[in-house]
Amino acid sequence: MSKDPANTFAAARLGGTAFIVSLGGEILEVGKGKSRTRLPYAPHLVGDPDTGVVHGGVITAMLDQSCGIAVASALKEIMPFATLDLRIDYMKPATPHIDIFVEAECLKVTHEVAFTRGIAYQTSRDEPIALSTGAFMLIRADRDAKPGA
Amino acid sequence: MELLRLAAFEKRAPDPAALLAAIPFCRHMGISAEVADGELTLLMPYAPMLIGNPVLPALHGGAIGAFLETAAIAEVIWELGGAQLPKPIDITIDYLRSGRAVDSRARARIAKRGRRVVNVHAELWQEDAGKPVASLRGHFLLASL
Repeated sequence: MSKDPANTFAAARLGGTAFIVSLGGEILEVGKGKSRTRLPYAPHLVGDPDTGVVHGGVITAMLDQSCGIAVASALKEIMPFATLDLRIDYMKPATPHIDIFVEAECLKVTHEVAFTRGIAYQTSRDEPIALSTGAFMLIRADRDAKPGA
Repeated sequence: MELLRLAAFEKRAPDPAALLAAIPFCRHMGISAEVADGELTLLMPYAPMLIGNPVLPALHGGAIGAFLETAAIAEVIWELGGAQLPKPIDITIDYLRSGRAVDSRARARIAKRGRRVVNVHAELWQEDAGKPVASLRGHFLLASL
């Protein structure tokens, strides 16, 4: 397990991506294929000015990011990867002025693909605001991978 | 939203540019609207804060998802009106290519309109409309009209 700290470090670096920084998101815990992140409520995240509810895309971004961090911490070696697909169920609108927490888990890593699921909630994990299922494509150095081709 | 209520009252489509300008998160992402031949296209100009992978560099999957979801919501309002924004029920995003550090455009269409729910498909592309970067399918709950 000597590689664990390196991967945890690599995963933690993902928390500093520009888009997540612009949202105000931060990593609380990461390691062994799991992550927990937090997004404080902020006026620039609002998607419906009538209600003050944050934009669905904000939740999407946090779930994508948290699942990616979980994948990074599950890999035995450090390698790039990209989101292949992401399915999100919005169970209920996020309550304004309350932090959003996201917990993500990497369920399985194959040679090519990592499978994840995530949950976004506010006051209680038993009352999720959104659930996600996502697959990530691993870009191994031994492959002639051409992202964006 | 006031501008939606006013448009609904006057039985006309709301101005998409004004709608996007009134939504704080859309302003944050710099999303604007273009209408040509009655078709609505959304524009998200490249900005460094949209980056998710600085090495490639590539747009953040969340930025792509948020833009596609915005395109879907804007299309529903543009086509169907309504005094409130439609609420997302579920969405699926397929990432087809990495989003490069250039401007992005998105267009959506209503695949099926039900009484309470619409099924919307949206697509995002960059320089070549024939090479989509990502696509979205989603269900949105309509506000009672």
